[in-house]
Amino acid sequence: MKDVAFGQYFPSNSVIHKMNPAIKLLLAIAFIVAVFLVRAFHFLGFGVCFAFLISVTIIAKIPFSKMLKSIKAILFFIIFSAVIQIFFNKKGTPLWENGFITDVALLNAGYIIVRITLVVLGASLLTFTTSPVELADGIEVLLTPLKLVKFPVHEFALIMSIALRFIPTLLDETDRIIKAQKARGADFESGNVFKRIKALVPVLIPLLISSFRRADELADAMDARCYAGSKNRTRYKKLEVAFKDVFAIIVMAGLITAVVFLNKFNLIPYLAAVV
Amino acid sequence: MQFGIISSMAQILLENVSFSYDKNHNALNNVSLSIEKGEYVAILGHNGSGKSTLAKLLNGLITANSGNMEICGLSPFEKKNLFEIRKKVGVIFQNPDNQLVASIVEDDVAFGPENLGVKRDEIAKRIDFALSSVNMLDFKKSSPTRLSGGQKQRIAIAGVLALQPQVLVLDESTSMLDPRGREEVLSVVKKLNESGVTVIAITHYMDEAVEADKIYVLSGGEVVCSGTPNQVFAEKKALEIAGLELPLSQKIANQLKQNGIPMEQDVLTENSLLEGLCKLL
Repeated sequence: MKDVAFGQYFPSNSVIHKMNPAIKLLLAIAFIVAVFLVRAFHFLGFGVCFAFLISVTIIAKIPFSKMLKSIKAILFFIIFSAVIQIFFNKKGTPLWENGFITDVALLNAGYIIVRITLVVLGASLLTFTTSPVELADGIEVLLTPLKLVKFPVHEFALIMSIALRFIPTLLDETDRIIKAQKARGADFESGNVFKRIKALVPVLIPLLISSFRRADELADAMDARCYAGSKNRTRYKKLEVAFKDVFAIIVMAGLITAVVFLNKFNLIPYLAAVV
Repeated sequence: MQFGIISSMAQILLENVSFSYDKNHNALNNVSLSIEKGEYVAILGHNGSGKSTLAKLLNGLITANSGNMEICGLSPFEKKNLFEIRKKVGVIFQNPDNQLVASIVEDDVAFGPENLGVKRDEIAKRIDFALSSVNMLDFKKSSPTRLSGGQKQRIAIAGVLALQPQVLVLDESTSMLDPRGREEVLSVVKKLNESGVTVIAITHYMDEAVEADKIYVLSGGEVVCSGTPNQVFAEKKALEIAGLELPLSQKIANQLKQNGIPMEQDVLTENSLLEGLCKLL
């Protein structure tokens, strides 16, 4: 289990991977905002968003199959929202006489599919190109202003990074416990769902106990290394803002401008009036 | 707790120190020891002998119930000294997995100096120094989860070295490692000792104590015997009480002697056994 790729991180040495994670996180949010700025049926804006997404995917050297997989994960959700639209949206004219599906409903379904897809792809692009540790660092930077309202930003960030640090360790341990139980005849693979869940109890309890012990030992080790909270503490890691980050911000600003501008050009004026 | 008597050369001094986790049972009972700067000291003992408790006392993770202590000239009974003491006495624990804080080697080594408030450039220097001292500089950017036990333990040592301690306490630091990992860690520790760091190795492996300057044997929370390896290994009764076995080379030498084959008195290491045997030929 040592090589379990947890999270979705897809390592590569692209410019996108090397960007400042805090800025990347902000830009991902900006992208989602841009997608939501596209007004109903102004599909040109979506076109620009797609073009942006595809270019970033290529620059980041993420295989398209990976991107498609991230949509697959929420395929059910997409279809569900589309179906609801198709059957329950009564605006516009029916497609055939006395039909229950209207043209607006159909277009709206398409609009929602495209929107969700873009949002999901944008978010996955962030997690594909940023390791969880970097993401935690980025979140810490973005939370820094909360220090003003006495939010324990350092402690929060430390908790996040320790949690990330221990995921592989605990996976290893789970693997070991399962093997030990199997060696003594435990059966995890047969029976119905309830039986299988029940079979996991003897795995979870030792895991829980040992993680408490680990936490205890880690606390001692941290104490022994002079940990005394955020007071007078310095930071070794520094997130720098490089030219590529500034450039990316400019591109994103351009994208949002383009979307807002394209909102003026309605391809289907009649329908937009109905909605 | 006051004490002004102590003003010896000892870097670490314990006088009649007792500690108990619960009222009925003392984990440490009237323990006295004195360790000088630059020494390599082994503390031998079996499970439950109180040796891990001793490790925690040495850098102020716990405070003794009674007795006198002085660590690097500071009293651990005063709370304000604890930070200084922990800076000077680094402890490496048993499980390498449970003492690494960060997901990247260099960040983990940086953890200690960050706590001290060291400036960034200086931290970078300390990381390079600490990692090269344990021969792990090539792994600066890797993730500890992919390293072997011995490598992880060396990272843990680097993390402590980055605090620039004067004393290194190894609390059974090799007991979870395979023979190769053990060797890696021990050779790093030996090198550090040669560069002037005082080493206190707490262990139940007699082999690791063979080359120490001084040995203390703990049993049931008390020091049952102490001295140079030669002196300690001669005290067969005390070792038996402590439940410790002699190193293999010693055992062979003793057996040979019992069977009338004249051996030199002080066979400790495999090499000295080999020498002794060669002389017989």
